[in-house]
Order: sequence, then structure tokens, then C-alpha cells
Amino acid sequence: MNYLEMYNNQTVSINDIPKLKYVEFMESNLQLLKNKPERHCVNYFGVKNENNITVYCCIADDNKHQLYISSSILASDATLSSLTAQNHNFEKFEREIHENFGIAYFDHPWLKPFRFSHNRSDKNISIADYPFYSTESEELHEVGVGPIHAGIIEPGHFRFICNGEQILHLEIQLGYQHRGVEQLFLHKTKLLERATLAENIAGDTTVGHTTTFSNLWESLCDFTPDHSLQFSRTLALELERIAIHTGDLAAICADIAYQLGNSVYGRLRTPIVNFFQEWGGNRFAKGLIRPGKINFPFTPELAQRLSDIFIAYERDFNEMSEQFFSLPSVLSRLEKTGIVTSDEALEIGMVGIAARSSGLVRDIRYSHPNNLYIKSFMHKPKIKIQGDVFSRVKLREEEIHQSIFYCKKLLENIPEFKKPENIPFSPGSNKFTLALTEGWRGEICHCAITDENGNLKNYKIKDPSHHNWMALAQSVRNNEISDFPVCNKSFNLSYCGHDL
Amino acid sequence: MFDNLKIVWHQGKQFIPDVTTEQVPGIFRGRPIITNEKVDEEAFVELCPTKAIGSSSICIDLGKCTFCGECAVQFPNKIKFTTDYKLSTNIRERLVIYEGNDKPIEVDPTTVRKEIHRIFGHSLKLRQVSAGGDNSCEWELTASNNVQFDMSRFGIDFVASPRHADGIVITGPITQNMAEPLERCYNAIPEPKIIILAGTDAISGGIFADSAAIDRSFLSKYHIDLYIAGNPVHPLTIINGILDFTRKKR
Ligand code: SF4
Repeated sequence: MNYLEMYNNQTVSINDIPKLKYVEFMESNLQLLKNKPERHCVNYFGVKNENNITVYCCIADDNKHQLYISSSILASDATLSSLTAQNHNFEKFEREIHENFGIAYFDHPWLKPFRFSHNRSDKNISIADYPFYSTESEELHEVGVGPIHAGIIEPGHFRFICNGEQILHLEIQLGYQHRGVEQLFLHKTKLLERATLAENIAGDTTVGHTTTFSNLWESLCDFTPDHSLQFSRTLALELERIAIHTGDLAAICADIAYQLGNSVYGRLRTPIVNFFQEWGGNRFAKGLIRPGKINFPFTPELAQRLSDIFIAYERDFNEMSEQFFSLPSVLSRLEKTGIVTSDEALEIGMVGIAARSSGLVRDIRYSHPNNLYIKSFMHKPKIKIQGDVFSRVKLREEEIHQSIFYCKKLLENIPEFKKPENIPFSPGSNKFTLALTEGWRGEICHCAITDENGNLKNYKIKDPSHHNWMALAQSVRNNEISDFPVCNKSFNLSYCGHDL
Repeated sequence: MFDNLKIVWHQGKQFIPDVTTEQVPGIFRGRPIITNEKVDEEAFVELCPTKAIGSSSICIDLGKCTFCGECAVQFPNKIKFTTDYKLSTNIRERLVIYEGNDKPIEVDPTTVRKEIHRIFGHSLKLRQVSAGGDNSCEWELTASNNVQFDMSRFGIDFVASPRHADGIVITGPITQNMAEPLERCYNAIPEPKIIILAGTDAISGGIFADSAAIDRSFLSKYHIDLYIAGNPVHPLTIINGILDFTRKKR
């Protein structure tokens, strides 16, 4: 066997992962993906050893609910043939390996800097020297936007090549938000420090990342979370989805200058985030999800509160949505704008709500379920096929309804909560753990590797934005540049989640 | 048209009438109170993820605290978080809460530059720069201008160009890669101008304080006018902080 089969949140011995020669490794992983739309690469990363580098490739199979893990050892100064040349799923992953370890790929089509991490192998170039694609032309012009944007959002640089108002090409340069999160995971050894790091990976996905970290850590330390912990994580994940999707609908309205929608959706987000505050003291659920315990038990009173909130929310949300999705002036801005076809989505390796808007059935809640997905309800992903802004916006509305339904289902059966107590966790030695969670934006993947003493040797984080930034660049081609903001909002990708 | 009006009618009044006295729902973690109870000091100091708890005379630095609440869970008789969301001041030391101290955190009007009240007291335009911010403080800064909190009723707005701005609101621990863009943005703002740090990450670096990927040299070069504590900052903390700073009379 060229790979190890495992499941989501399973811990395996690192020695059981096959070590292949690079040529075999490459061939095997490319074969796994060939003509298999149900499979994609969820993580591919390098780990520095004393004299060389081990790369691990993790392929998910959504039909078999399995993960296929393989590895290869590379010399530090290796020049290799790239997987990207044959499958674009690997494009970002290989750029990252190139940047961090100096591995060269002679046939990678776009081997550019990735995020200018502080520990990059080539410190001679800085973020100001990014080699943008450019074109010599009398007719075309370039538009540079960023790193600081007009609104209150995170920084990143967008470079457009336009023919008049029409976008021919967009290149997105990231890295401005790089805080060294993965390295800090190794330096900070206390559990609470690591949980705090996890909740700051992307503050709009606090629950997504802390749940992934907690599930991973418990598996790595051979601890089985009880029903109350699973309940809290599942409920919080769905609440986070409702809150952010609602905020996104408000932002879309702002971008098409529909003031009423902006105000109503904007204020409808408040009761949901305020509920997080009532439950755990923080509107973004910081401090709520922790490995092995929860400091804020979910009580029947909270359940009653949440039911009441949903009643008021749904009344206003439905009235607003009915109007919003039937206004011709709204539809004309959203329909057939920013299309990503399902072939393109597959080639890019898109995930999450954006992938589901382009016809790909990618949803961890259904393909690699964790926590109470399956146990309390069967999740059936909602799919759109047009891949335009409208699909991504409409899907948000539909997913909000679905999430409310799931929350209500969970509220039917509230578990007993134990007094929070600190579990003396100790990770196994020479282990490999992989955790996947469907955050509101899409698939979150964390991987941990321990050394012979059970210390963390590597902690790899992948936010769904990692895959989807390329999809945004693709979606705006041949669109008017004035439609860029609404395309961008329809993806709402994370800068800090990408830059780490 | 009529459908739109119906929605407006159904929404009713959404704005918070008095943002200075509004109560926040639930168990919001605002200004803590530390009692004089004796505890295992070493364990108490040790548990904090961001070294916000100081020993000898026990204190919590809200500029470093991530408001995780862990200390209050493990030492419930020693520390209690109140729902007091007024966590803004122009004096960094005032964010340090000492044992037995139950006094509000305030702006010290005597140390606010003379021209601030006169020039910014009725209108303040701010440019926001996220420099490694995790997008939670950014969401809350946006929320402070939604129909409920409605900060612009006080003439306080966020603007797109630094040239239209009276000051800068920084979020995030300031990454190396953002150090130069931040400085350039600040330089593009006309004088007189102010600097506001919003959130734990901006004030102290938070959990990222000792990361090799951040560069906080910008902060040692300039005077910081206002510190707004929180993780993320609450919209009411933001609005009250800015109002206190620009309007409180000596
Ligand atoms: S609430 Fe603040 S002081 Fe207490 S442990 Fe958390 S970070 Fe430290």
C-alpha cells in the first residue's frame, strides 16, 4: 500500500505512514486524484528534520469517508518535478513548501512567494518585492489595490489587469497578516496558550478553529469527549455559521447599495452574537470551546432563550429575504456575476460554501462527520450549480435555515454538564493526528505530529481560504471591475487564516 | 416600495437610545474585580496564557488579558468579571487593575492634548488599519456603526482615505509585513492626528507578543492617544472610549 488509511480525528503512529521515493509519492497521489471528483488534497506540508525534509500528503475521499496519508523524504536542496504541473490542487501547497524550505520545482507554473513567512528560506526578498504578473500593452492598464483597503477589513494586495472596465486578470498577494501562529504552537507549551492561539487564527471562525484544535488534541491524548462537549461544539459551529452568514448578507447589500437589506441583516446578526455572550461571555465565542472541558455549561434557560431568539429572528429574516431575493435591481447585480464553473472549482480544489455553490458536494459535516453530526441529525449538503454570486448568496440564506433547524434539533435533548475540570493531557509519542471541521467558510484542517517524547514537532493549520483565494481570482475574469467588491464579499475569505 | 416600507415599519426603532448607560446582556466579561482573598499566588499567575496577571501586588493588565475567563473559573472567589464595558483610557497604566480596586477605568482629561476637544469634539474621521488583526476587532468596529450602536450619530465615522482622516485605529499585533504600510498610512494623515489602539493584540501583542513575526517599533515612535481594551473590543467600549477621549471636559 502506498498510503495509510485513516479517519477524521484519528491518531496513528507516524511510523505507519508509508515513506515513498519522491517519484512514487508523486505518482501515487496524482493517481489517487485522477478522475475522482470525490477526492481532494486537504493538506500537503513539509516538516524539517535535522538534515532533510519530510513531506506529508493527505487526500480525503468523501465517498469512503477516509483519508489517505503518505510521505516522502526530500533532501534540503532538492530540485523536483511538481505535482502542480499535473494537478492544480497542489499549487498553493507547493508554493508554501518552496517558500519555507527552499525546495525547488522546475516545472511549477506559478512558483511565487506564498506569504513571506518570517522563517522563510530566502530572506533576500521582502513583501514589497512580490513579482506580479504584468503585461506590456498600450490598451491594457493595471489597477493596484491594497494592502490597506477602503473599508474596515484585513490587508492584502490585489493587482488587476483591465481592458477598460473589464477585468482580464487578477492576482492576489497575501502575507501581510503573518503572525507566526504555527511556530508559536511549538514554542508555547501550555494547553491554554495553544487554545488561545487556535481561537485567534481567524477571529471570525473562533468556533471552527477551536473545535478543530480541541478534537485533535483530545484524539492525540487519547481522551474521549463526553456528550456535553460534543453538543457544545456542534451547536456553537451552527450558531457561528448563522451569525457570519447573516453578516455576509448585510455586507453584500452594502456593496450593491441596498441600504434596507444592509440595516436589517446587519442588526439580525446581533441577537445571535449576543447569544454567544449570554452563553460564554464573548460575542465571538472566544473562551467557549476548550479541549476536555467547557467553562460555560449550556442550561435549559439558555435553550429557552435561544428558541425565543430564533422565533424573532426567523420572522424578520424571512420577511427581509423574501423581499431581497425578488428585487430585480438586486438580482441583476448578483446573477451571472463572478462565475466559477464546477470544472474550475474542481481544478482549483475549492471547498466549503463556495464549492457547494459551484456544484461540488464538499462538506465535512457529511463526508467526514465529527462531534454530533450524524449522531443527532443527518446532514445533507445544499448545492447550487451556477457558481455565480447569486448562488453563493442564496446558499447562505438556505444554510441559515438549515442551521437553525439543526440547532432546534439539538435543543430537544440537552445533555448534563459536568463541572469544568482541567484534564492532565499528555500526547502520545511519535503520533500523527488529522482533524477536519466544516466551519462556516468551509473545511478547516489541523495536523499535529509529535516526537519520541510526546512533544509537538509540527502543527499545521489550513483554513478553507487557502484553497478559495484562487477561486476569487478566477471568478472576476471578464467581469466589470465595479463588480469586484460584490464578488469578493460573496467569498468573504480570511486573510489571517491564510497568512497564519 | 410598499414591501420595503413594511419592513421598515416592522423593524421599529433599533438604535440604543443612550450608549453610555446601556446594559449588555448575559455574562459579558468586562472590568474585573480582584478580591483580597489569599490564593496560591504562583498557580494564579501561572495559569494566564498571556502573562496578564502580575504578582507581588496582584493585578491584571487588561492590555494583555485576552478575556478568556479562565482565572475567574479556577479562582472564583479571587476574581470576578463585571459587565462594565468601559475599558478605554488614554493612560496605559490605568488598564492595570489591582487587588481590592473597584473603580471605573476612565480617560484622564488633564493629559489629553489641548486641541483634541476643540478640533475633534464634534467630528472625528478615522482610518482603520488591521495589522495582523484576526478580523474580530474589525467586525466589532464595523458593528459600532450598525443601526443599533450607530456611532456616526456622534459625528464619528470611518473613512477610506488617510488624507480624509483625523487619526488611525490600529488592530492586531502589527506584523513585520504590515509595519511599513502602517507607517505610510499614518504619515498620509494630516496633522493634528491621533492614534487609537483597539484590542489586546494591538495594545500588547496579546498571545503573539513574543512572536518573531511581529514588529511593534511603530508604537515606540509615536504618542498613543487612546487604548481600547477587549478581545475583541465591544462596540460600546469603542464608542464610550472615543466619546470620553474627545468630549470629556477638564
Ligand atoms: S481572563 Fe485574562 S487574566 Fe484571566 S487568565 Fe484569561 S487572559 Fe489571563
